[in-house]
Amino acid sequence: MGTKKEMDVRFGEFGTVSFTSTTKVNDFIDRLKQGKVSGNRCKDCGQIFFPPRADCYKCLASNMEWFDVSGTAKLMTYSRLEYAPVGFENDLPYSIALLDYGDFKVFGRISSDLPENEIEVGMEMKTAVNELPDGQLNYVFKKA
Amino acid sequence: MGKVGIIGVGQSAFVRGYPGSIRELAFEGFKEAMQDAQITSKDIGASVICSAPEYDKQRSPAGVFAEYLGLTPQPTVYVETLCSSSSMGVRLAYTLIKSGLHDIVAVIGFQKMSEISSAESQERMGRGADIQWESPFGTMMPAYYAMYARRHMAKYGTTSDDLALIRVKAATYGQINEKAVYRKPVTFEMFSDPESPMSVPVASPLRVGDCCANADGSSCVILANEEKAKAFSGKPVWILGMGAASTAVNMAGRDLFSGLTVGQDAGEQAYRMAGMTPKDIDIAEVHDCFTIAEIMAYENLGFAKPGEGKELIKDKETYKEGSIPVNIDGGLLSKGHPIGATGGSQIRTIVLQLRGDAGEMQVKDPEIGLVHNIGGVGLYGNVTILGR
Repeated sequence: MGTKKEMDVRFGEFGTVSFTSTTKVNDFIDRLKQGKVSGNRCKDCGQIFFPPRADCYKCLASNMEWFDVSGTAKLMTYSRLEYAPVGFENDLPYSIALLDYGDFKVFGRISSDLPENEIEVGMEMKTAVNELPDGQLNYVFKKA
Repeated sequence: MGKVGIIGVGQSAFVRGYPGSIRELAFEGFKEAMQDAQITSKDIGASVICSAPEYDKQRSPAGVFAEYLGLTPQPTVYVETLCSSSSMGVRLAYTLIKSGLHDIVAVIGFQKMSEISSAESQERMGRGADIQWESPFGTMMPAYYAMYARRHMAKYGTTSDDLALIRVKAATYGQINEKAVYRKPVTFEMFSDPESPMSVPVASPLRVGDCCANADGSSCVILANEEKAKAFSGKPVWILGMGAASTAVNMAGRDLFSGLTVGQDAGEQAYRMAGMTPKDIDIAEVHDCFTIAEIMAYENLGFAKPGEGKELIKDKETYKEGSIPVNIDGGLLSKGHPIGATGGSQIRTIVLQLRGDAGEMQVKDPEIGLVHNIGGVGLYGNVTILGR
């Protein structure tokens, strides 16, 4: 009684700069720490979501189960940034990209160790958890 | 209920570093539109104020503007859909008039982008996308549109040279538009000249020359019901069709990356409402925030088939003398893109063209014009068809 409720701020660990720290899908961060990039599925209607979400807009249920992103996907498109927004300057240059897994798509970064001349739209890639130098977590796309 | 007409249009010059406050900036576009309409502030039943938030210290600018522009005690409201805010404001004004609630409504769009640095501006605009799942990767507007450019190139063989041609056209008309922020010529050769800022990579495949100019500016569109429009204006321009759409904010939630579904959807609605097809359009203003966006707009609006937008610019069909002139005021690329003011400025350009008042930029005798205005990375879309 009278004690302040502690907020779950785990999402603050996502990415170079996280703009939100509290979400009902905070377990996404725990799963990243276990090496898993996860989406979720509505247990009531079967709709698949990536990025994961707490609520299903199709059947209005909030009854989700996790699944892990696995296997390979096609690189839909990408862009290599030479300028960065405030807070991301030290990451330059980096590439943001979109992979198509068929049932869902994943937006993220291309692994910085992949030279740009080896990147091609349509190539097969896979998604892997990545720890940033300051301990923040994100995920990157590597050559499959 | 009769038609809704536009009886007055105005805009400030689009500039870098406007030397005044946002209410003073708004006054410039408002004054020009009021003088154009030849009405007084007492004739206006309501005002709609439009911008993208977070650039200003001022919260809730609608009340501040209403007082400064002499539009109290009439109702006022703030509308925002990022870069398409003032087109959405015109849509709202249309409904306020059609419903019979008001006879005349003023839509005022503004943005003072220079209060913050370019990098800060990129960060704010980037946060017009999905801040939970995408912004933590370091996103910004040019990079998102670059992803569309890359996909368009991979799918249809569009090239960086095709994109450069869009910028060259924009600069052709920016030079003769005294309201434009960028009035210098841009040549095709600049894009391959390492000494030219135009060739500097921003987010591959887009270069500085592919990106629109940030600017401070304001615009104003005054709408009236049919009776008042005929009474006040010798040359009212009528709203014949309107469309508006939205889509998934995150890229992962979308299926099309070689075009913008909101442009297609809003365009189809507007054509249907007007009972027209793309062939009926004599002149257009499209949302060329980046060069690739203009090529996608050609295709999404049906001026060209998917993948064939580049042929329109190569053949100069979208120049002033071409079959479908587009952005004959410099567009966002050269006229500038003060976010909340842009839609109103595009509408102003088409209204002046349809009235025959566009001066050196005048296209030969257009009867039907189209305005295509996009918010965010294809997050919101508005298309408006206007006629004499």
